[in-house]
Amino acid sequence: MGYFAGIYDVLVIGAGHAGIEASLAAARLGCRTAVFTINLDWVGNLPCNPSIGGTAKGHLVREIDALGGEMGKAADATFLQSRMLNRGKGPAVHSLRAQIDRRDYSTYMKHALEKQENLELRQAEIISLRPVSDADRRKVPELGDWPAEAPCWEAATRLGAVYYTRTVILATGTFLGGRIYVGDVSYEGGPDGTFAATALSASLKELQIPLRRFKTGTPARVHRRSIDFSRLEVQEGDDPVTPFSFTTKTPGKNWVVCHIAYTNQQTEAVIRANLHRSPLFSGKIEGVGPRYCPSIEDKIVRFPDKERHQLFIEPCGLHTEEMYLQGMSSSLPEDVQIAFYRTIQGLEHVQIMRNAYAIEYDCIDPQALSPTLECKSLPGFYGAGQFNGSSGYEEAAAQGLVAGINAARAVKGLPPVLFERSNSYIGTLVDDLVTKGCSDPYRMMTSRSEYRLLLRQDNADERLTPLGREIGLVDDAAWEAFQQRKAQKEAELARLRQTTLSPSAELNRLLVSRETSPMATGARLEELLRRPRVDYASLAPFDPGRPDLPADIQERVETEIKYAGYIKRQMAQVEEMRRLECRLLPDDADYLHIDGLRSEAREKLQKVMPRSIGQAARISGVSPADISVLLIWLEKRKQMDGGAEA
Amino acid sequence: MQDTIAAISTPLGSGGVGMVRLSGPAARQVADRIFRSRRGDILSAAGYTALYGRAFTPGEQPEEIDEAVALVFAAPASYTGEDVVELSVHGGVYLVRKLLRAALSAGARLAQPGEFTRRAFENGKLDLAQAESVMQLIGAQGEDALRAALSGRRGAVSRRVGEIKEKLLAVAAAMAAWADYPDEDIPALEAQTLQKELADILADIKGLLSTYDGGRALREGVETVIAGRPNVGKSTLMNLLAGCQRSIVTPEAGTTRDVVEEDVLLGDVRLRLADTAGLRQTADAIEAMGVDIARERLASAGLILAVFDASLPLEDEDRKLLALLSGRPAVAVVNKTDLPVRLDLTELERTGCPVVQIAAGAGRGMEELRQAVEQVAGVAGLDPAAGILASERQRDCLAAAGESVREALDALEMGTTLDAVGVCLDDALHALLSLTGERVTNAVTDEVFKRFCVGK
Repeated sequence: MGYFAGIYDVLVIGAGHAGIEASLAAARLGCRTAVFTINLDWVGNLPCNPSIGGTAKGHLVREIDALGGEMGKAADATFLQSRMLNRGKGPAVHSLRAQIDRRDYSTYMKHALEKQENLELRQAEIISLRPVSDADRRKVPELGDWPAEAPCWEAATRLGAVYYTRTVILATGTFLGGRIYVGDVSYEGGPDGTFAATALSASLKELQIPLRRFKTGTPARVHRRSIDFSRLEVQEGDDPVTPFSFTTKTPGKNWVVCHIAYTNQQTEAVIRANLHRSPLFSGKIEGVGPRYCPSIEDKIVRFPDKERHQLFIEPCGLHTEEMYLQGMSSSLPEDVQIAFYRTIQGLEHVQIMRNAYAIEYDCIDPQALSPTLECKSLPGFYGAGQFNGSSGYEEAAAQGLVAGINAARAVKGLPPVLFERSNSYIGTLVDDLVTKGCSDPYRMMTSRSEYRLLLRQDNADERLTPLGREIGLVDDAAWEAFQQRKAQKEAELARLRQTTLSPSAELNRLLVSRETSPMATGARLEELLRRPRVDYASLAPFDPGRPDLPADIQERVETEIKYAGYIKRQMAQVEEMRRLECRLLPDDADYLHIDGLRSEAREKLQKVMPRSIGQAARISGVSPADISVLLIWLEKRKQMDGGAEA
Repeated sequence: MQDTIAAISTPLGSGGVGMVRLSGPAARQVADRIFRSRRGDILSAAGYTALYGRAFTPGEQPEEIDEAVALVFAAPASYTGEDVVELSVHGGVYLVRKLLRAALSAGARLAQPGEFTRRAFENGKLDLAQAESVMQLIGAQGEDALRAALSGRRGAVSRRVGEIKEKLLAVAAAMAAWADYPDEDIPALEAQTLQKELADILADIKGLLSTYDGGRALREGVETVIAGRPNVGKSTLMNLLAGCQRSIVTPEAGTTRDVVEEDVLLGDVRLRLADTAGLRQTADAIEAMGVDIARERLASAGLILAVFDASLPLEDEDRKLLALLSGRPAVAVVNKTDLPVRLDLTELERTGCPVVQIAAGAGRGMEELRQAVEQVAGVAGLDPAAGILASERQRDCLAAAGESVREALDALEMGTTLDAVGVCLDDALHALLSLTGERVTNAVTDEVFKRFCVGK
């Protein structure tokens, strides 16, 4: 039998990227918080690629940072190589990506949790989770002063400790019901040789929530000295480095380079000859894998015309010889893995240290969640990260932050904080998950946002730091630094609007060299900057009054001027959308009995229970005609309510 | 802020008056761009004011549509509870649609089915029972739309839109993959290739858009004026046209009163031959506004058959007529070619209009006339089975998609970065998919995964 072990406001299950942000946010907002992990040495583990950021994911990290989260700071403190991707493709798609020392990162995060006030970090396996009824609660003497209306959850560990909590956040990653597949071998297990949380899986099934199986995979780690780097392309980092965090004052330097290699026909031949031994093709794995992260055997089957596939060789840390083979995940048997890796030029003698594997795990259908990430049918029960059907460290951390903030606010009786598609990739991520659901592990991409030119990585602070401050997660130093950046930017924009340059032979030479017309009369700096090929730096010699600004402010100023037309257009679209987002739908709507809705729309609406007309319109299967019906139904209801009151 | 909506609010093809209703905060501004009156200003008019004036197409070179009456209702004392302007012109499908298109280009958005009623309801202008009936109406329209979507003709439009959509999606997906997978081994995006693909798509869109006018000609007929000096053979031609048609199309109910005197079928084209209908004295207030005429009819006609006498040299009256033809949808019909020819055809050819030689008395040259008319009416080469845009809404969506593709091309041309080009393409896709009722949300991402081998 169990023993009473404690009471929390927020109990987080899992100390991966979601659990870290969730527990830090809740503790920082003053909640008694606990975070449980199966193995304390794997806090903030990077069980797949040793990197953080990337396209759209880099945006998420910047947003988490702008809101006072931890991921960006940790990445800045522990990176090995950093690159701003997509330079030259336009500001909307600039994305920061950094190779990370995974041991350092884990140590940093573990320490961050340990140092946090109000936060207890515990190594224990939670094996059961259940809501406690009022009657049962009264039987526990320690719960005497429990607030009457508040949900109460009971979480029990393998060793019999029983905790009570107002809210619980599931951040179980691939541990929940985890099962490893390598060829025809399969066994219960979590990532990196940990054990799986199978008992909790069984307990959750009793809660009647829609669980399902997803799958993901990771490539082999190999020994550095077994690679012939002389035969590989080198990929260098940026100089200077752009940090993730708005609070990082001195960005570090690059310590390592990465390398690029390619598969060939031999690789393909080995894989094809052994496809029948893959659990994916033999049907042993039921879980749905991510489309954006196919295993190498998947790529070869789906894209037979592609002659070669690229792979990146990335160091896992400064104090290890392990190298990660990005692009080569596989669930083929170990002997086949060795054989096909060795067909690759430069890897002829490669020594595998950890084999590639696929892992299958339990997760929830995110359409069961509300935009606070609370389960609609279970008050006080929140989900974040892979548990919600997403994939990726950054996606997980973003949801952890959302769930942590909202669980804390629920405990404190504050209204929820909802992120919008129009203010963040975080809002886009949450809305995509809870409104559209996902049929395979969800990865963020810039193309998922309709407001790309507004949601840039460079302006994440302007979009979100005021909100973070209001929530209570942005400290005074960060807030002051933000206001200073903003003032600098605005002053420079005003100066560029007001300053006029006179035509000169030299200036006109520059303009002509940038494929734009020379000027006959004076022109304002702003007008010149608007010309597509004229950049801020090139005008410096003609602009003696220019203040000495940090590079990021210069870039932001330039972007806002150059893309003003597009930005304005997207803002108009946002306004249009807000109008629909403001039309709130009641929580108790019975869509199955609204006349005029098509039956598909009824079912979808009942499942998602959208908060607003805007959200309803994004559900697939709900047509514009259904939306008209909803609007009228809403008005009718309002009038009836008004009548009842009068 | 609510946008301003417009729609035709009288049944098409019936009644002597056709009305376009505008509702929304910018209703007066939109009306002001397409309506002028010497007797007052729409922008400052009080509620319940009626103004007599003329309706124009908006823009720098306004083209007169018709005489018109504007009724101004100030919010909240209107049907919808918003500012409302009702513009009335002579009835008849062609003029009213032209007026609607003018309103749409002047900044209004085409109202969705039931939208005026919905706004009225939201603004507390309708009671519950009325609202219920609107809901039923919308339900019924859904059924109709479903049936229509399944029918052959609409299916063909969907197919053509589908082809354009596929091309656009391929470009958008290539751009998305290029942006989201910078380190992957995917084909680089060349501005030139992009430009070519987008220009291609724009041409497709324009091609489909051009079916709209021709399609309308097929469905509704072309308002046709036969003009020319006395005795050149107008009446003979009219009789011939009326007589040679095996199947006289029944004139549309009620249309006879305003413009069309007779509907005749020439090949595939229904010609609505106008003589002086619409010009006669009548008690109807708006019709009574109509004054003069032959010239005005000529100016607004969808097709002019200008008849000349081959046996006589050109006279002053002929030259005046010729001067009116250039740039207009017109066919120069040279009659009496069975007599010795004394007319100099080169002057006719200079107008740029097709010149057709006939002998109306002998009934010769009708095949050539048919071909010329089909060409001018925009129906030559138009294959109904290949899909023709059927509604203002479809035309609206397609035009918006075309506009966004053009913006994308402009951005490319100017050397703007591709992320901005991508945003324009998103807009184009959005417009295109709203035409077929699909949703854009996951289309691009799905396409990326289908087409490109990306991922770790």
